[in-house]
Amino acid sequence: MNLTLKIWRQKDAQSSGAMQSYAVEGISEDMSFLEMLDTLNEQLNERGEEPVAFDHDCREGICGSCDLMINGQAHGPEVTTTCQLHMRSFSDGQTITIEPWRAGAFPVVKDLIVDRSAFDRIIQSGGYVSVNTGSAPEANSVPAPRDKAMRAFNVATCIGCGACVAACPNGSASLFLGAKITHLGELPQGQPERMSRVAGMVAQHDAEGFGGCTNIGECASACPKEIPLDVISQLNKDLRDALRAGY
Amino acid sequence: MASTADVSGLTELNGPPEQRSDDAHGYYTPAPEKLVDAKAPTGLIKDRWTTRKMENRLVNPANRRKLDVIIVGTGLAGGSAAATLGEAGYNVKSFCYQDSPRRAHSIAAQGGINAAKNYKEDGDSTYRLFYDTVKGGDYRSRESNVYRLAEVSANIIDQCVAQGVPFARDYAGLLDNRSFGGVQVSRTFYARGQTGQQLLIGAYQAMERQVAAGTVTQYTRHEMLEVIVVDGKARGIIARDLVTGEIETHLADVVVLASGGYGNVFYLSTNAMGSNVTASWRAHRKGAYMANPCYTQIHPTCIPVSGDHQSKLTLMSESLRNDGRIWVPKNKEDCTKDPRDIPEEDRDYYLERIYPSFGNLVPRDIASRQAKNMCDEGRGVGPMVGDFRRGVYLDFADAIARLGEDAVREKYDNLFDMYERITGENPYQVPMRIYPAVHYVMGGLWVDYDLQSNIPGLFVTGEANFSDHGANRLGASALMQGLADGYFVLPNTIRDYLADGPFEQIDESHPAVVEARTSVEERIDKFLSIGGSRSADSFHKELGNIMWEYCGMERSEDGLRKAIDMIRELKAEFWTNLKVLGTADSLNQSLEKAGRVIDFIELGELMCIDALNRRESCGGHFRAESQTEDGEALRHDEEFAYVAAWEFGGEGGLPVLHKEDLIYTAIEMKQRSYK
Ligand SMILES: Cc1cc2nc3c(=O)[nH]c(=O)nc-3n(C[C@H](O)[C@H](O)[C@H](O)COP(=O)(O)OP(=O)(O)OC[C@H]3O[C@@H](n4cnc5c(N)ncnc54)[C@H](O)[C@@H]3O)c2cc1C
Ligand code: SF4
Ligand code: FES
Repeated sequence: MNLTLKIWRQKDAQSSGAMQSYAVEGISEDMSFLEMLDTLNEQLNERGEEPVAFDHDCREGICGSCDLMINGQAHGPEVTTTCQLHMRSFSDGQTITIEPWRAGAFPVVKDLIVDRSAFDRIIQSGGYVSVNTGSAPEANSVPAPRDKAMRAFNVATCIGCGACVAACPNGSASLFLGAKITHLGELPQGQPERMSRVAGMVAQHDAEGFGGCTNIGECASACPKEIPLDVISQLNKDLRDALRAGY
Repeated sequence: MASTADVSGLTELNGPPEQRSDDAHGYYTPAPEKLVDAKAPTGLIKDRWTTRKMENRLVNPANRRKLDVIIVGTGLAGGSAAATLGEAGYNVKSFCYQDSPRRAHSIAAQGGINAAKNYKEDGDSTYRLFYDTVKGGDYRSRESNVYRLAEVSANIIDQCVAQGVPFARDYAGLLDNRSFGGVQVSRTFYARGQTGQQLLIGAYQAMERQVAAGTVTQYTRHEMLEVIVVDGKARGIIARDLVTGEIETHLADVVVLASGGYGNVFYLSTNAMGSNVTASWRAHRKGAYMANPCYTQIHPTCIPVSGDHQSKLTLMSESLRNDGRIWVPKNKEDCTKDPRDIPEEDRDYYLERIYPSFGNLVPRDIASRQAKNMCDEGRGVGPMVGDFRRGVYLDFADAIARLGEDAVREKYDNLFDMYERITGENPYQVPMRIYPAVHYVMGGLWVDYDLQSNIPGLFVTGEANFSDHGANRLGASALMQGLADGYFVLPNTIRDYLADGPFEQIDESHPAVVEARTSVEERIDKFLSIGGSRSADSFHKELGNIMWEYCGMERSEDGLRKAIDMIRELKAEFWTNLKVLGTADSLNQSLEKAGRVIDFIELGELMCIDALNRRESCGGHFRAESQTEDGEALRHDEEFAYVAAWEFGGEGGLPVLHKEDLIYTAIEMKQRSYK
């Protein structure tokens, strides 16, 4: 396949950026989207132009590093991560627009790379169970009902990629937050800190400049791990309970 | 179980090995003295760890705040260590090259983690886990270390469950297990096909809690490029801030490397793209020994290569071998047919045929080599790559008929999806195709029983060290080692070292610091100024081809000699023909890559020398010159039951080979048989 790529180039956080057009040739359908970008970068390097910077690592859809807006959609046209998107989803001669995540709380670092450290700070504000090493009880001494454990698992699959934020017109991280609240909230181990956790995480979320949730639902449709929208209801419920309890 | 009645650990069951062959003559300098890991306590094997914990000195809580610990790496090994040492009150600085600690390569592990809990009452015990692990490693691991690993394994599960790790559970709400290659009990705990992710998130959350508490400071998008050694002790690191390009000096009382494995030396592997050897290699060049570098694990169940563009290979969890049956057509003519049209009697379930007692669950090295044999015989399936079809079937038709599609879906759902996404084929309908790929390295920096390298104050944990897996690694044992090291072992051993602290103050003007920093700056300038015509990536691909061809699943004396020459040429070309655009004072991914690739090139050469020296087949390492009559791997314990620990011989000099004898007291060495 031959393609035209329109890519956001930005030297660093301080500079302003612009879209640039590149032609790439000889792309195979079996390539992943990132292998297609590797091909472009080899060609740019040969021509003496600086390659396009983008984030990636596992290339297996699990680390959450890769993060591209492709034709206006987070991770592109399929429900998956960018690294698992294959070129068979595109057609010969197509023009593809590639931009970094769009959200005030995710400032651009360079080209297609953004700073997602706000997510780490949200976890720091309560997204854990406080158990010191060595003080854990025997694992089977606290059974967890299977349906609850299953739900916990289903939402614990969040990879922290930030597609939900990038897709949301408000730049809200409610899906990411809801996933963690629900994961720990469904398990017996998560109960003692349930209220302080939600209060702390929501406060940090707001402080980071993420927007509020207005139930648009773009987040859940962009999420590569199919985190369901109802985690946001869970988040809101837990937050109400926490506020009532004076947290 | 075999005759392992002597569990006392009081008598030596084998004598010191005596190497007769010397294939690597001229490529190395032998060290005059044997290396001894004097730190392992003697006495009953089951008491050794308890003894060590008691012997090790304590550090008063008030003094811990004054002690600075640097940890490079935030995977299972580094993340769990940072959390635990932070909780204990030390002042921890944690480094990773990704944008968040949660993205470390450990996140990709699929299958599960072993622990001797015996929840199934199927006869598991600490001793049996220990025995299986030593045997699986083809008797090339240290028995004291492995026993300790088995001993703390049960605590790991308790710890992770308490953190909220959502392991699979049965209907009573209790933890579920499955079994993995090479063992006959169900001792593997799992979270669907995402065990690594769930364990890592647990460790990451525990570490972030310490960041909030102020005991851990995290430096993300930072790459460690040099160790600082002052008066023979590790005292800090030089790191590059990958965003601003700034070269930073970080000083500490002790340095821990938890920087993962170097399988990417093969270019195509199941590792994350950023996995590299730089941290370990820079330490090696500073004097730390690199042990058994040629021990590479080839994983039998990966999605086969489809073409040149490929940047990595994807693993399909080994747990699939619990239910999937592996076969190839009996007749070459059938290889291009739709597998569903090949009748039962024309299929060769070769693992079940050759190894009736383990069948599809034979250890990885055996499953890998037999797959290669089938393809070499011309009975491989899938597209032609080079002259061969490189694939065998992994078939779920029986499992689906027996358990129902829903049950299979629940167990392996995301793996099946991933397969379909990559290959465009539906594995519920057509058998999967798999082929071996480079997956894990058992070699790494040499450490003693306390996980300390031969440089005092430099500790090494997780995949970056060499000690626990021998020549081969059983499934679900790397996650176990990473967390055992980080949560339970290192915190207990590093204490003893730190009890001598705080150490003498040094500052950035110290000559050793200046030297380390200058060398980093000079290398970076060099990369940018060569101005040749080839990208770092193209060198990496070429190195990978050499390594796979000559130092991969099968190795021979001639091949290895040839590989060493080729790598030396490649290295010379790298320094004259590399092209890196952009600047040093900004985010520059080509520059990062260049630094990693040259370290891989140097490592590759050492791996080939190590492989050349070891004229025996063991674990994933098959030497053509050493096989039984029926083509199975043949070890030579009386010559090679030792750890090969290589010392850097200086620029252009020969590496120095130190040998540490492997003496067993609780397990008798046996030829492995899975028949
Ligand atoms: C696809 C896959 C599946 C697997 N499945 C299983 C399984 O089911 N069971 C099992 O037991 N094992 C499995 N393994 C093996 C296991 O995942 C790894 O061996 C283990 O996770 C390694 O952990 P680690 O903490 O040592 O290193 P890693 O998780 O690799 O972490 C390395 C860390 O070091 C940092 N780092 C590296 N170099 C530098 C540097 N120079 N400067 C700064 N930071 C640096 C990285 O940023 C990262 O944080 C699997 C491996 C793969 C690839
Ligand atoms: S909720 Fe989904 S989209 Fe949002 S960070 Fe998690 S995985 Fe990504
Ligand atoms: S690179 Fe890891 S999820 Fe895409």
